Amino acid sequence: MNSLERKLPHDEANHPSSLVAEFDRETPLALDAGVELAPFRIAYQTYGTLNAERTNAILVCHALTGDQHVANRHPVTGKPGWWEVLIGPGKIIDTERFFVICPNVIGGCLGSTGPASINPETGRVYGLDLPVVTIRDMVRAQAMLVDRLGIDRLFCVVGGSMGGMQVLQWASSYPDRVFCALPIATGARHSSQNIAFHEVGRQAVMADPDWCGGNYIEEGRRPEKGLAVARMAAHITYLSESALHRKFGRNLQDRAKPTFGFDADFQIESYLRHQGMTFVERFDANSYLYMTRAMDYFDLAADHGGVLGEAFRGSKTRFCLVSFTSDWLFPTEESRRVVHALNAAGASVSFVEIETDKGHDAFLLDEPEMFAAIGGFLRSAAQAAGLEDGARP
Amino acid sequence: MSVNAAHRVDLDVVAAFIGEGSRVLDVGCGDGALLELLTKEKKVDGRGVELSQSGVNASVGRGLSVIQGDADTDLVHYPDRSFDYVVLTQTLQATRNPRMVLTHLLRIGERAIVSFPNFGYWRMRFYLLFRGRMPITKELPFTWYDTPNIHFCTIRDFVALCDEIGATVEEAAALDGSGQKIGLSMPWWFWNLFGQQAVFVLKR
Repeated sequence: MNSLERKLPHDEANHPSSLVAEFDRETPLALDAGVELAPFRIAYQTYGTLNAERTNAILVCHALTGDQHVANRHPVTGKPGWWEVLIGPGKIIDTERFFVICPNVIGGCLGSTGPASINPETGRVYGLDLPVVTIRDMVRAQAMLVDRLGIDRLFCVVGGSMGGMQVLQWASSYPDRVFCALPIATGARHSSQNIAFHEVGRQAVMADPDWCGGNYIEEGRRPEKGLAVARMAAHITYLSESALHRKFGRNLQDRAKPTFGFDADFQIESYLRHQGMTFVERFDANSYLYMTRAMDYFDLAADHGGVLGEAFRGSKTRFCLVSFTSDWLFPTEESRRVVHALNAAGASVSFVEIETDKGHDAFLLDEPEMFAAIGGFLRSAAQAAGLEDGARP
Repeated sequence: MSVNAAHRVDLDVVAAFIGEGSRVLDVGCGDGALLELLTKEKKVDGRGVELSQSGVNASVGRGLSVIQGDADTDLVHYPDRSFDYVVLTQTLQATRNPRMVLTHLLRIGERAIVSFPNFGYWRMRFYLLFRGRMPITKELPFTWYDTPNIHFCTIRDFVALCDEIGATVEEAAALDGSGQKIGLSMPWWFWNLFGQQAVFVLKR
């Protein structure tokens, strides 16, 4: 475990413990920023076996601070995969039936080209020299990976939060390549309030003197304090007031009365500090800036003349949206906007709102109602896709 | 919405009106029983809207395309003529604005199929006449102060509303207390007295 603990996030960025697809100068990634990224690479994990017809692939899109280690032990933290409650042998997304692909997004820090990667042009770390990437860029890169794997059509694209944004973008950009789509706890745009929270996080990172104008890796420093504060603020938005109160109340941390100082007197303070500290061990600060920016820029309707329905016009994809009653980062209303747009486009859509007090993070947790809905949706979609028996490799 | 505890004999009647392979929107689809029936037996391309979370979850769990939504507020988001049939079974009387809902059904679908409990049914009239209290029956087991059914009507009331909004009644059926269809040759007053439930196929 010691070797794990010493491992820095930017080690994984350049030497990922994953499969890697390299794209050379001949196959550049056209970015929304108006430039091309080449060469670049995508680190990804796969689970299960692709069937002979290449029709049983499920693409999992990760969230802001997620990565490709969706159903295996994390190489840096040693913790279980972030969606092992859902994905694995015999689970709702059954890796004995489906071929599951989870790539690290472009701009990430676990092996796909991102700000902590070495720029092959200069031999130095990209830092802020990496062009700003968008959700659409991430999806474009994923489509190139899916091409590389020889898969024409994905049976399903699934993801929560920023992963859900990618799902919506996939369905909009490549409608013929997505048989069914499962965007969870997400929206077709980032709200002003969400951009505001992200800006607080970015400012916290950039205010840390160890950020060094984004050049900290070259300088041998790490803006851990700034990034931890960013994570603490963001973490609050992933929970709900009632869940926080249920979990922590006003309980004091290992003490009988307040210290009349600025230690972590309250359990919630101690909890948040812990969240901040563990986060910086596995995540790159610049990558956090790029990821949050990508989410802020996401507005699917704006790409279609302000009419969200146009993003899905003529879509044959089967959609199932899931939202959570206590999610105030992506409230149900955001999912409902997408549902109405899909209705207007005549698409096949299901929408389930799950009653829970666990807030935005509920999508990562054991939510039986969500599992039942996802399970039923996938079962009928698999039937419609003719995967009933064919899925077993 | 479980607003009628009776065995849903009306579902079979509704299903009989629906053409094979058509596009169907079921508004207030409950646990998806009708949609599942239609998908299996009539090979329809079915969608549903349901207010209750448990109903939606049950429907999606059955593999149906159902969204959580409210007939009173969400129908406005559906384009004109986007379905062959829009079905509203045992739900009209639970909407806040039945006239508006009915207008939307006729806009969204080529045809609207509506079933509802007939408040002019003789048992209802007797209950009110002899007991002097709001009827509580096996089929409609709610007290007046705790019921989802806020807009009861009789078959005649419904036909009058159809006239008012310019809807054409293409077909109609009334079911008596045992779930049997009342003869087509019978006059409206007879239907209104002996029909416990009614099913109407409407066109704009």
